[in-house]
Amino acid sequence: MSFGLSFWVSLIAVLALILVAWVGVEGAKLNFLFGAIIPYVAIAIFVVGMIYRILKWASIPLPFRIPTTTGQQKSLPWIKQNKIENPSTALGAAIRMVFEVLLFRSLFRNMRTELRPGPRLSFASAKWLWLAALAFHYSFLIILIRHLRLFIEPVPSPVKFLEMIDSFFQVWVPLVYITDLMLIGAVTYLLLRRVFIPQMRYISLPSDYFPLFLILGIGITGGLMRYFYKVNVVGIKELTMGLINFSPKIPEGIGVLFYIHLFLVSTLFAYFPFSKLMHMAGVFLSPTRNIANNNRAKRHINPWNYPVKVHTYEEYEDDYREFMKDAGLPLEKED
Amino acid sequence: MHEEWKTLFDPSSPKQVPLVRKFFDGWKVTIGLIVFLGISILPFLFDLGKAAPPPPEPKIDTPEIQKMVEKKCIEPKSFMKTEHMVMLDDWRDWYVREGRSIYTATDGKQYNISLSNTCMKCHSNKKKFCDECHNYAAVTPYCWDCHIEPKEEG
Ligand code: HEM
Repeated sequence: MSFGLSFWVSLIAVLALILVAWVGVEGAKLNFLFGAIIPYVAIAIFVVGMIYRILKWASIPLPFRIPTTTGQQKSLPWIKQNKIENPSTALGAAIRMVFEVLLFRSLFRNMRTELRPGPRLSFASAKWLWLAALAFHYSFLIILIRHLRLFIEPVPSPVKFLEMIDSFFQVWVPLVYITDLMLIGAVTYLLLRRVFIPQMRYISLPSDYFPLFLILGIGITGGLMRYFYKVNVVGIKELTMGLINFSPKIPEGIGVLFYIHLFLVSTLFAYFPFSKLMHMAGVFLSPTRNIANNNRAKRHINPWNYPVKVHTYEEYEDDYREFMKDAGLPLEKED
Repeated sequence: MHEEWKTLFDPSSPKQVPLVRKFFDGWKVTIGLIVFLGISILPFLFDLGKAAPPPPEPKIDTPEIQKMVEKKCIEPKSFMKTEHMVMLDDWRDWYVREGRSIYTATDGKQYNISLSNTCMKCHSNKKKFCDECHNYAAVTPYCWDCHIEPKEEG
């Protein structure tokens, strides 16, 4: 798909979702559908879809350990091994995985490659992608944890503590959360990167733009209802507590913005197992990250090898012993 | 059976349908799945077996309010419900930074800009009024970092 199509199709899809929730709640009064049924269905698709895809991945055999990761593999005693980048033990692989999941270590190695006049190929460190990705993922996580205040009563103190830290600067009322600004800033950067860097633009598809617009939409509707067009948070908590206790109840006068937010979130959850967002589970199953390189120490048998009928040298000798003896050939076993 | 279908149900074929297939590193994947499932249903676990807690009911039955002929706040209830925090923030800025001490409400009546003496005169029941919703929604206003909380029973 061309850039224009990919970009606009994704943007229009997210705007259409907003419109659907708006019309569905304001016009058709389908509050129960958007406030209870769709969220339940979305969560079910998310959990079942996730498990299904992980099992599907887990059923694919892994015949060989990948030796060519970015570190020196275990070799001769005087050659220093890089125990984290090219581990030979499960512990090393686990440490590598922790670095990958918590710090995005592979992204940290992101490079900018340019063809300069000369012609000369130049490589430079490019940390912005890593920084924005880290900022985005951590703010998303913190926002998600903070949202637990809507689902647990009484609200656990760690959730309150996180909220206090997040609104540390005490600016504006209701207090601005640092993670809200970080989320919207980082997603905007990640989106603009795809629009303005020609190579990125060339490879970007609707499946890249759509999640970005969707998450941006979630962040913006969330921010709007906290800071600008305030919704009835007490009513919302009645709704969410009803959902979590499986006795859904839809209080009056919540505000359509909430239903739009919730519909976008439901879409995100339902879309998740079918999308590139599956990297959340996939990172744990990455063969260059999750397995120790011990090809030289251990034999790994390809699981889809069928039993090969072999004819050993001993058997060969048994078959032709007489002839070989007559011809004066050396034998492993005399007569 | 069609050849293609046969391979799907043959355990030694890599084309087989997922749930009948063999899993590799099965126990590690199982642990991962249990962790995932645990995290995704965590909020459900917290509330397991409990009925939905009753929603807050802020009380407006203080003696001061009962004395009023027309029981209403300085601005309409719907406005106060969503914007009281913005109003109090404005009040602070006007009083502390600009030295203004009178607020003119939309109905033209004038009030002293004072949390403790204007708001809390009627709403003297902080625990049964302010805290009722604030606790439910886990909001911790920092008003009381400076202002002295009214003394109350219970
Ligand atoms: C992927 C999940 C979600 C994301 C990324 C997200 C994002 C946000 C953001 C950025 C805000 C702005 C204020 C804040 O940070 O607290 C917000 C507010 C809000 N969100 Fe979400 N949200 C998500 C899921 C949900 C769900 C499942 C619900 C309820 C069923 C919900 C209900 C609300 C409400 C009621 C507010 C306003 C809070 C207030 O006014 O203080 N959100 N959301």
